[in-house]
Amino acid sequence: MSEAAAAPKRKIEGVPEKLHVWPYLVRLEFLCALVVIVALAVWSIVIDAPLEEAANPTKTPNPSKAPWYFLGLQDILVYFDPWFAGVVAPVLIIVGLMLIPYLDVNPKGNGYYTYHERKVAIWVYCFGFLVLWIALIIMGVFLRGPGWNLFMPWQYWDPHKVVALVSVDLPYAFGFRDYTWSAIFGGGVLLAYFGIGTGAYFFLERKALKSVGFLRMFLKIQLALIMMGIVIKIVLRIGFNIKYIMVTPWISV
Amino acid sequence: MANKAPQIPSIAEFIHKIKSGEIFTEIAKEITESQLWTSTFRHGYADTPRNRVLQIASNVWLHLHPVKMHRHALRIKFTWCMGGITFLLFLSTVVTGVILMFYYRPVGEYAYYDMKYLQYDVPFGMLMRNMHRWAAHAMVITVWLHMFRVFLTGSYKPPREFNWVIGVFLVTFTLLLSFTGYLLPWDQLAMWAVTVGTNMARATPFLGNEGPFAEYVGVTPRYDARSLLIGGSLVGPPALLRFYVLHCIFIPLIAGALMIVHFWRIRKDGGISGPL
Ligand code: HEM
Repeated sequence: MSEAAAAPKRKIEGVPEKLHVWPYLVRLEFLCALVVIVALAVWSIVIDAPLEEAANPTKTPNPSKAPWYFLGLQDILVYFDPWFAGVVAPVLIIVGLMLIPYLDVNPKGNGYYTYHERKVAIWVYCFGFLVLWIALIIMGVFLRGPGWNLFMPWQYWDPHKVVALVSVDLPYAFGFRDYTWSAIFGGGVLLAYFGIGTGAYFFLERKALKSVGFLRMFLKIQLALIMMGIVIKIVLRIGFNIKYIMVTPWISV
Repeated sequence: MANKAPQIPSIAEFIHKIKSGEIFTEIAKEITESQLWTSTFRHGYADTPRNRVLQIASNVWLHLHPVKMHRHALRIKFTWCMGGITFLLFLSTVVTGVILMFYYRPVGEYAYYDMKYLQYDVPFGMLMRNMHRWAAHAMVITVWLHMFRVFLTGSYKPPREFNWVIGVFLVTFTLLLSFTGYLLPWDQLAMWAVTVGTNMARATPFLGNEGPFAEYVGVTPRYDARSLLIGGSLVGPPALLRFYVLHCIFIPLIAGALMIVHFWRIRKDGGISGPL
């Protein structure tokens, strides 16, 4: 687009690589703004913002849903206690995102689209964004009905649908009945997951240790293990009816 | 101009000027050479390289731009224009939001009926409300897309790490802006969505009354992280007032300030990233 428009103006442009912001960028911004404002106005004329009945603290709707952009987090509540899904997970997401430029030291792919030069980074981000964030939101908006049960789009949202709560905790599934031993076993599984994961990563990437640095690699693998851990817990719950990995009086994971 | 006594042109001369179009050149000249005009616009409009530079550099609204830029950064395929659209949508919510503020009172007894009033009695009230809400929702989507594009082009890599961090603050504040606004219609949708959202604060470790280790801190439902947020133990009129102040004053100011830093840093970091 800028190519065609620039042609007759060549005599003004000394160096074609660098263009004047006025008019080349400003006119694009103007056109873009025009399109967006018109689209917004038309959309707002055609579709009204929702307004339900007045707020009533004695009448809880079922399901009660958070605003759509938080439904991914609300869905994680099925698999995790609120302290994790509602507080620790958002904090980890924010901190993890902020750390990205400091953890990804791959100098390639700076300022252009490339998949081949940074496959892992692209995969991790796309998985986190498209699957764990967007797909869960879509599911939360369209498929979660009364009691936060899953309903297919063609199914009736039956508020009396009963889903048997048959899930057990991991230590129980492994035959532990004693409270203390269960907690120790569960804690051991968690420690082993993070310990072995970290160890394996450092072993496989031992050559990178010098150039990347210990702290970077350590943080990177912890964040990756937590992200994978969320997926593992979802799979354990859906596939194997496992509720908690570790149960203690203070905190359960 | 001033020392000449005004000449009164003859009718024939005058008609000739109109017919030949000379009159318009003269009027234009009178206007653009007046003190009023020259003091307002500091350069001519003729398409010269010098004026192209001045157009940006001497205009307070445009001067956050660089004067020149690389050709590749103009491509919509590269930026998706998403950062700019996010900013535009933010500005739209500011304009429509101020109009809504003229009619809306963040008080338990009034808020819902003010919404009804806006929708049914205020001229263009429904349109303002719709534009405000849809622009806010759209902004959430465009800011995610902007972030996605910045990631895919690797634009967070040196020297732009810091601007990415500012960006993460911006996406957080965008969500908080939208969330605090969600309560204000004071209908069932608003109250229960915010109840679900703020219930999470109850589970904050140490600081929420149902969170892990709360018993060692001694927080209660009336005195914990959640009650700080909503001014009580359930989402009631104090929560409405708190969210209103956060939504209309506190968060927009912070987000606006961060946007200025964000734009400033784009330039200081060498403009839009590119394969160079
Ligand atoms: C309110 C939210 C935001 C606004 C209004 C905004 C605005 C902009 C604009 C106008 C640009 C110029 C290029 C473009 O349009 O793509 C830009 C670039 C940039 N933004 Fe944002 N942004 C916001 C949020 C974010 C977020 C959430 C991130 C990342 C976490 C981010 C990171 C960046 C970076 C690193 C650049 C430089 C890109 C490059 O050089 O190619 N911004 N932003």
